[in-house]
Amino acid sequence: MDAFTSHTGVGVPLRRSNVDTDQIIPAVYLKRVTRTGFEDGLFSAWRNDPSFVLNRPEYAAGTVLVAGPDFGTGSSREHAVWALMDYGFKVVISSRFADIFRGNSGKAGLLAAKVDEKVVQRLWDFLEDNPGGVITVDLESRTVRAGEGPDAIEDSFDIDDYTRWRLLEGLDDIGITLGHAEAIDAFEQQRPSFKPVTIYS
Amino acid sequence: MGKTLSEKVWDEHVVRSEPGEPDLLYIDLHLIHEVTSPQAFEGLRLSGRTVRRPDLTLATEDHNVPTVDWDKPIADPVSRTQVETLRKNAAEFGVRLHPLGDLDQGIVHVVGPQLGLTQPGMTIVCGDSHTSTHGAFGAIAFGIGTSEVEHVLATQTLSQSKPKTMAVTVNGSLPEGVTAKDLVLTLIAHTGTGGGQGYIVEYRGQAIEELSMEGRMTVCNMSIEWGAKAGLIAPDQTTFDYIQGKPEAPQGEEWDAAVAHWRTLVTDDDAVFDEEIVLDASTMTPFVTWGTNPGQGVPLGGVVPSPDDFEEPTDRTATEKALEYMGLEAGTPMRDIKVDTVFVGSCTNGRIEDLRLAAEIVKGRRVDSSTRLLVVPGSVRVRLQAQDEGLDVIFKEAGAEWRGAGCSMCLGMNPDTLEPGERSASTSNRNFEGRQGKGGRTHLVSVPVAAATAIRGTLSSPADLEPLEVASTSTGQEG
Ligand code: SF4
Repeated sequence: MDAFTSHTGVGVPLRRSNVDTDQIIPAVYLKRVTRTGFEDGLFSAWRNDPSFVLNRPEYAAGTVLVAGPDFGTGSSREHAVWALMDYGFKVVISSRFADIFRGNSGKAGLLAAKVDEKVVQRLWDFLEDNPGGVITVDLESRTVRAGEGPDAIEDSFDIDDYTRWRLLEGLDDIGITLGHAEAIDAFEQQRPSFKPVTIYS
Repeated sequence: MGKTLSEKVWDEHVVRSEPGEPDLLYIDLHLIHEVTSPQAFEGLRLSGRTVRRPDLTLATEDHNVPTVDWDKPIADPVSRTQVETLRKNAAEFGVRLHPLGDLDQGIVHVVGPQLGLTQPGMTIVCGDSHTSTHGAFGAIAFGIGTSEVEHVLATQTLSQSKPKTMAVTVNGSLPEGVTAKDLVLTLIAHTGTGGGQGYIVEYRGQAIEELSMEGRMTVCNMSIEWGAKAGLIAPDQTTFDYIQGKPEAPQGEEWDAAVAHWRTLVTDDDAVFDEEIVLDASTMTPFVTWGTNPGQGVPLGGVVPSPDDFEEPTDRTATEKALEYMGLEAGTPMRDIKVDTVFVGSCTNGRIEDLRLAAEIVKGRRVDSSTRLLVVPGSVRVRLQAQDEGLDVIFKEAGAEWRGAGCSMCLGMNPDTLEPGERSASTSNRNFEGRQGKGGRTHLVSVPVAAATAIRGTLSSPADLEPLEVASTSTGQEG
């Protein structure tokens, strides 16, 4: 997993609340055998609508999704996070995330930044007035910034310390465990020899 | 204070423990199948990682595979791709695989024990919720998600918070003709589907000790159906006898060392469980489900319940919905329910003992003309052993379909599915809506009930069958 300290990218205003995981990626895409390439399934029902925000050229390079409350509710499918990341998103900003979605995001390396609902409103207004406008999300200082001058937006976001630490260090769960490789080696030294193996060397 | 069995096994596998963090647990055996592993291997590939211990990993093909024409390419392209992906991944990462057509192919939870890889005191995981089956040997065994599959592949460990402990003590002996399946279905109806949530459960007491390994596996298999993290049974002489001589069992001095250790794997007298349930086996009877979750069951001699039988509004609504889906009227005697398809198989009841029991009942009889009986061995070895014993002939002579090994109609990922509205009596473990095919209606039953139901065409126990002697001599009695 890449370390995440700060990211600046085109913001995409998704003016919807309760975006569930079936809307993020429908079940038919789960029959696949790959972990990548889910971008075509992202919001697939909405993508048919030419006016859907992701279909508008100004937002084509979007990497920061700004969504309404209760983003990511529904099933536990990790594919929802994979689809967002495969599409190019690095950050999702919302005022409320479903627990499992938030957990899955942290595992996969997608930053789920929880902000005040007013901040979401201001970001939406900013992005719609300035299509293609960028948002900066700084994990170190836990702040989001957008715009300039007197109307500039700057506010803080919430993320739990453990997930923040892991993202800053670029550690996925596996990375963290591999950090304890010596303990695993030591444990293996003491395993009784009668324990079964599937392959003989 | 002493320790419970599961605490002993847990503590033996802690690699690292820090306050406020989950324990890092070492995994002795990682079982793999085609459906939940592709993204895990892909994840390894993307991050340039390898499988840490291919020698503690075993893969087989079970969920998607057809039970006919297994020597031909799989017809369904989606299933074929998943199976081929597993083959590629196993080859690339050096994992031992028993593919379709191999002697040791079969349902992952049947293959582990029959190879002797499932042993007391181990930690065993698999990307499949019925991994709890292996707990029958006194192992901590549970299902994991795809991210965790990748984590185990890469590190041979898992981060896990220690669950609470529960004892289910089943006193007395099961009456003649009442099986482990009836015992566990009775338990689940008693606790509800969420009763075990957050617990590792130890099944104990006389009735559990009297079960064969097959019966113990049936009980542990269904732990997940009442929400338990895992279920296990203390190893004893029955366990040791089952393992001894299996291909991957320890031998010679190693065997002695292993058994000496396994004998210590019992709950200490002064150990305390967080929760305890006590049941009496001697009052149990054949038990069947009427609804759409494994907790919705009644004795075979009972009737379909009415929503009014329940006090909780949520139970009432659930009952109404289930009756509607199942196409059942409250008050109907369970024995009057007409069944279209009987499925004998799955990791719950697809082992040799189950097939012997079914064959004993259908021997010399005919499957009802409007009912179909599908017999699907849990593994190729089970199929071959049954053929050695002539069970296949008994099934075929009775009019049953004798199939190849796999999950088959347990979840209908292969072509073995129910039609909409079709009703089954199934020895598997889940009666969820659509589990065995869209619109299919499932009654979970024991093996004897399945076999007797196939003969009579309605839910039945062997006691309902006419004795063969009477049927074969002409006594002038009406049938
Ligand atoms: S037989 Fe059924 S429950 Fe068992 S592993 Fe296969 S699909 Fe799962």
